[in-house]
Amino acid sequence: MAGAGVSLLPRATPAPPAAPPWRPLHGRGQAIGLGFVVLYLSLIVLIPLAAVVAKGQENGFSGFWNAVTTPEAASTLKLTIGASFVVALINAVMGTLIAWVLVRERVPGRAVLDSLIDLPFALPTIVAGLALLTVYGAQSPVGLDIAYTRLAVVVALLFVTLPFVVRTVQPVLLELDTEMEQAAASLGAGPATIFFRIVLPNIVPAIAAGTALSFARAMSEFGSTVLISGNLPFQTQVASVHIFNQLEGDNLTGAAAVSTVLLVVSLVVLVALDLLQRWAARRG
Amino acid sequence: MASPGVLVRPALKGVALLYLTFLLVIPVALIFYRTFENGIQPVIDGLTDPATVHAFQITAVVAFWAVVANTIFGVTTAILLVRHDFRGKRVLNALIDLPLAVSPVIVGLALILVYGSTTGIGQTLSGIGVKVIFSIPGMVMATIFVCIPLVVRAVAPVLEEIGNDQEQAAATLGAGPVQTFLRITLPSIRGALAYGVVLALARSLGEYGAVAVVSGRLVGRTQTVTLLVQERYLNFDQETAYACALLLVVTAVLALIVSRLLAPKEITR
Repeated sequence: MAGAGVSLLPRATPAPPAAPPWRPLHGRGQAIGLGFVVLYLSLIVLIPLAAVVAKGQENGFSGFWNAVTTPEAASTLKLTIGASFVVALINAVMGTLIAWVLVRERVPGRAVLDSLIDLPFALPTIVAGLALLTVYGAQSPVGLDIAYTRLAVVVALLFVTLPFVVRTVQPVLLELDTEMEQAAASLGAGPATIFFRIVLPNIVPAIAAGTALSFARAMSEFGSTVLISGNLPFQTQVASVHIFNQLEGDNLTGAAAVSTVLLVVSLVVLVALDLLQRWAARRG
Repeated sequence: MASPGVLVRPALKGVALLYLTFLLVIPVALIFYRTFENGIQPVIDGLTDPATVHAFQITAVVAFWAVVANTIFGVTTAILLVRHDFRGKRVLNALIDLPLAVSPVIVGLALILVYGSTTGIGQTLSGIGVKVIFSIPGMVMATIFVCIPLVVRAVAPVLEEIGNDQEQAAATLGAGPVQTFLRITLPSIRGALAYGVVLALARSLGEYGAVAVVSGRLVGRTQTVTLLVQERYLNFDQETAYACALLLVVTAVLALIVSRLLAPKEITR
């Protein structure tokens, strides 16, 4: 099963041709297209998000700070960041393991299993929550009732973030040549040594990317936690639910302040991820 | 090769499979079981309830407009990003993925802050008879927001791959930009476009958080299927909740299968 002729060296594929000087739509066409796209993004994404940040700062920085440090807001932010961190770590390990099993192990029904991995992305989050509540709630057929606990929050977040690490690591593992591993084995390296010294260094950038994405997604998750977490303030209320409750209670400024924190954290994670990918690409 | 490590691989494989079974397979399978627990009649009753039918209609209308808008936007943006150079291209490229990192509740809040009834824009719009928040237009906008990257990211890699030789040839033969697009570009991105549209449609049908905020969850008026699932579950009409949830599961699985079949090879590694 040695990947035939796939070199481990940086592949000598020619750089994609630079954009040709000729363009199918130039001048007015491009201007109209660009105008449409910018207007669309502005009306739906940019102006509304800017309004959130502005609303959060309505009473100056001290007002913002007070809003995000009320006992309830602080506890919800701590829970959300903490749970997302735990979820990201579990995903880093389990996602890598699952990707490994899908690529390298013989599993009956692998194609079906492989397709199933994407189900959390396709399933509406409220249905995901309902499904988990059915198994791990009060009416659990296996007698495992974790509803309304922090563990339930973690399980819900694990469900919705499952595909991230698997789907970033899997293609890299598929591309990875097994010749080096065979060489290491022939030189007497055990499976653990081979994994940690040869496989892992190659997939670390992909693991990091998937982990960062799952962290960002977990931070912003709402629907899957609504039913199973019970949304108990100071216990299981995640940030998105807190924002929702503030909004329902007409505390728009408070909702916007906590939202700003979430937006900033997500942005930092995504920028860090982008830098990481550029670094990995440069390193080859 | 009889080292103690010989059991490690099967053990790890077992751990991975158990994890998937308990996190994914059993919960989703149990939705099927719970739905048909009391036979098929409650399912039929739940799905043909007027409130359910209305929720289906609302969901279909919202998803339809959101997908149409995002398809036009997605193709235009993909062409701009792949075929054109302009200032701010990298910023635009980064902005496309931004919605993935935004909590659906924040999406709703953001739209309320701009288009709500207390804002200048909201009042101006309601002056000309357009109600955005707690109404269909706001729900469409929220759904558009969460689906923005899907069509762009499906079409762009294929556009990149096919290059523009044929487009150039068409232009030298005298075809205008519109004719070139309709006769050359569109047919060659057809598969990728269908893939992106299926993804966007699935996401639109299943959106919950953003729509929950923007719709005001007015039962019988702005209630979508996902909102109905939650409302019925909390109001102890579990049969309807499970029946609708099952329908959403089936929709998601169908979308997965169709998108797998349509996925362009540029995307499936």
